[in-house]
Amino acid sequence: MQLDKIVIDAFEKNKIELVTTVPCKQLSGVIAELEARESMTHIPANKEDEGMGICAGAFMGGKRSAIIMQNTAIGVTINTLVTLTQFYRLPLPMLISFRGELGEPVACQVEMAVHTKALLAQLGIPTYHFHNRDDVHELDEILKYTFMCNKPVAILTDASFWKGE
Amino acid sequence: MIRSEIIKNLVPVLSGQLVVCNIGLPSQEMHLFGDQPSNFYMLGTMGLSSSIGLGLALAQDKTVIAIDGDGSVLTNLGTLPTIANNVRDNFILLIIDNGSYGSTGDQPTYAGKKTSLAAVASACGCENVIECQADEAVDVVEAAIASKKMTIIICKCISGNIPVPVITLDPVVIRHRFMQAVEA
Ligand SMILES: Cc1ncc(C[n+]2csc(CCOP(=O)(O)OP(=O)(O)O)c2C)c(N)n1
Ligand SMILES: [Mg+2]
Repeated sequence: MQLDKIVIDAFEKNKIELVTTVPCKQLSGVIAELEARESMTHIPANKEDEGMGICAGAFMGGKRSAIIMQNTAIGVTINTLVTLTQFYRLPLPMLISFRGELGEPVACQVEMAVHTKALLAQLGIPTYHFHNRDDVHELDEILKYTFMCNKPVAILTDASFWKGE
Repeated sequence: MIRSEIIKNLVPVLSGQLVVCNIGLPSQEMHLFGDQPSNFYMLGTMGLSSSIGLGLALAQDKTVIAIDGDGSVLTNLGTLPTIANNVRDNFILLIIDNGSYGSTGDQPTYAGKKTSLAAVASACGCENVIECQADEAVDVVEAAIASKKMTIIICKCISGNIPVPVITLDPVVIRHRFMQAVEA
């Protein structure tokens, strides 16, 4: 089965009904799969902090929500993650393309890659790194964990993971 | 009229409604004049009142009124295209435009100069955009609620503040009672 489908199936199984996205080349398949899924509302956002605001509102409105974004967005969203998502104890699965890892063609992406895990650790955000294709099988448990503990949780997905078809 | 007077006048109209309230003095004034469980007070995160309000309106059917500020909309200008392209008729965005960053000491914003937030909202594709004056706020908000059409209101007023206490409610308490009000 395609990874894109497995990922969105896990979202659906965990009753996630609203997903906001800012695209990354590495995420194009998963975003297309989301867009095609009848059971889920896809709201493209212009910036990831805006997307997290939409997710916060949706959750308080009774719908589980999630965000799909690039790791560079950690730099955009720190204030929102701490003063909204964490301060109000809101669950937020973050499916993140981990650019700047092995296989990366764009040098600039490495600049944020080297800070990504350190920033997430500093923020106390539970972080999972999908490197091999089989790692996807943890997604269901990670989503359950996120809605159990009411925290933002990061799922970093690198190029090797997405290539491992 | 200054923002605090508009908020005070709106209290009866907003009674029982789901209200998302902007960071700083707007939330503090709302809390002082018209605290109710269905108010969500933003204690931080400048800019996201409209986004939280939109998410809330997308997820359920009750009317949602997001009270925002000109400075906060300018900092999250990307919100207006998202709102315009994801129409929810239970959503009202009320931007209190005092032409300043009121909560930090009335430093002027560009909305008080050459930039028209009403024109920006229209250019972004928002359909029911109403610019009004402070003394019209109550009637305009009441009509917007009754219309059951997504409405963007830009309410112009002068800048200025009154002393108001900070909100000491715990954020989790704010969130919990708000979610109970959503479900009720
Ligand atoms: C990222 C960030 N920058 C600056 C601030 C400080 N700040 C808090 S409220 C505010 C002004 C908001 O102005 P506006 O939205 O027009 O509301 P008003 O107080 O005028 O009603 C500012 C600059 C902040 N909280 N967060
Ligand atoms: Mg202002």
